[in-house]
Amino acid sequence: MIGPLIGEALRAMAANRMRSALTMLGMVIGVGAVIMMLAIGKGVEDSVRASIASMGSNLFMVVSGAPQAGGIRMGSGSAPTLTIDDADALEDLDGVVAVSPSSPGAAQVVVGPTNWSTSVTGTTPGYFTVAEVKFAEGQAFDESDVRGATRVAVIGPSLAENLFGGDSPIGRTIRVNQSPFTVIGMTEPRGQAIDGRDQDDVVIIPVTTAQRQVFGTQVIGSVRFVQVKAEGPEVMDRLQGEMETLLRDRHRIREGQEDDFSVRNMTSIMNAAASTTAAMKLLLGAIASISLIVGGIGIMNIMLVSVTERTREIGIRMAIGARRRDVLWQFLLESIVLSLVGCLIGVLVGVGGARAVANATELKPVVTAGSVMLGFGVAAGIGVFFGFYPARRAASLQPIEALRYQ
Amino acid sequence: MAVIELTGVLKDYTTEAETLHVLKGINLQIEAGEFVAIMGPSGSGKSTLMNILGCLDVPTDGVYRLAGSSVGELDDSALAGLRNRTLGFVFQGFNLMARSSLEDNVALPLVYAGVSRSDRNQRARDMLAKVGLDGYARSLPNRISGGQQQRVAIARALIGQPAVVLADEPTGNLDSTTSAEIMRLFERLNREEGVTLIVVTHEQDIAAWAKRLVQLKDGLIQYDGPIPPEFRRHE
Repeated sequence: MIGPLIGEALRAMAANRMRSALTMLGMVIGVGAVIMMLAIGKGVEDSVRASIASMGSNLFMVVSGAPQAGGIRMGSGSAPTLTIDDADALEDLDGVVAVSPSSPGAAQVVVGPTNWSTSVTGTTPGYFTVAEVKFAEGQAFDESDVRGATRVAVIGPSLAENLFGGDSPIGRTIRVNQSPFTVIGMTEPRGQAIDGRDQDDVVIIPVTTAQRQVFGTQVIGSVRFVQVKAEGPEVMDRLQGEMETLLRDRHRIREGQEDDFSVRNMTSIMNAAASTTAAMKLLLGAIASISLIVGGIGIMNIMLVSVTERTREIGIRMAIGARRRDVLWQFLLESIVLSLVGCLIGVLVGVGGARAVANATELKPVVTAGSVMLGFGVAAGIGVFFGFYPARRAASLQPIEALRYQ
Repeated sequence: MAVIELTGVLKDYTTEAETLHVLKGINLQIEAGEFVAIMGPSGSGKSTLMNILGCLDVPTDGVYRLAGSSVGELDDSALAGLRNRTLGFVFQGFNLMARSSLEDNVALPLVYAGVSRSDRNQRARDMLAKVGLDGYARSLPNRISGGQQQRVAIARALIGQPAVVLADEPTGNLDSTTSAEIMRLFERLNREEGVTLIVVTHEQDIAAWAKRLVQLKDGLIQYDGPIPPEFRRHE
């Protein structure tokens, strides 16, 4: 019974090509949008996850100062309350693998006639452990460089490319805010940080050198933030408490007074970012679903017109023996075929669109089998749901009246 | 046993203003193999009688037995089955499916009877040959003449080997020469195949092809008997 009816449905669609195409367009756009939006959402989620994971999920970020001056609360990092000694004390805590006190800033880097504005981070050798830096060439500086405030630098690969073209930067001299530095290492490419900074366009120098010779006027020994790498996720909660107690102690903060630092946990930042991207995915999906429903209404509309137009045909079919359920199935199948064909094209459009977005932008949309199946399932459901009412209307026609219809 | 048996059939149509008594007590028996013409002026109730005979409508009162089944007691689905297996319809306007080939048109009743595709196609081709249209199986209805379309409709009516074929003004849209061809086909099918035929018409030269005349007036049978000699076929 179903076989010949599918043939009928295809014939009916072929007879009204323009109308069928326009009706399907609604489904095409709806399904295409769902697949593309879900792909973009997934792509963003993946890239956020990857960039957080690249920073390491066992990280703490200790940021200096949210001081109060006459009741006006400043932003964190605005007062230099953390020191290199604080960092050393933190390193002694049980479960800490490495710490890296950092003083970041921007500087103009000059090599011969070439110059480039880049970010400069003064830190300790612990940085290379904390950030899991791998070296393409050369090596890191060590504790003696920090103690002696030597002028050595590790640079990122895209900065090296900018300054030296394809040549090896090792042993070359760069001038950072007028001071000459010898390049002793170049990192492997690390990509973007979570905040969008390019981690390959950087100069990393000993923190002492940075403070005394590059940035100048800061309080000697103070740093903007300290990154702390823990042994594993299981010690994070304990360490958080211990670090806060230690720093309150060192900064002589009494009970009831507000901290002049804050300890942030990368895991919680990751969770926050994950829930943000999940919300974004949901939003994209919801917007796309609305277009699917609009497409479904388009199908219902056309099927109602079709039933009215073909009233006489329905009468003839009933006269020669079609039961009500045969007529019901005929029109239901027609709307299901319409929506499924539309959906099939929509999948192609969605996948193609995701490809186009991948090529044209930095987003990396990921089309999952799940989103394709979701698109298909919803489309089939819409075909049945919005096709049922017109089909019911066709099936409930009285044969005599349908035959008399002009 | 009579294939069609109407006993005291009444049909009323109730509107808001009044109740119309369209059929006021019809008693009619038609045996298998008969060729009956039903005539009557408009408003005489012949369309209503045709709808009841065709199981498209049920009597308000009285009994209609078609091939042994009491039609008044059947539900929609059973009526559809009865129309499919027991009746064949030929309409004034041919009423073919414009998008389907002649073969598929003829085979359509078999689709609803659940006959397999290869079987359907074979029988449809045989039936097209019987009405003189072999070789047209894959054509579309709009490629052939009105007379040929009516032959296709006749083939469609016959394909399920129905007990009765009902033709409602089958020549109403055709010129007189083509009308005569169609009536000659009916006459041959009745004579050679023993098909029971009921033709509704308002033209005497069409009714003249039948063997029995039933004339209606004001919802009652006014005449039931042989074709009067003054009815002349238009050859």
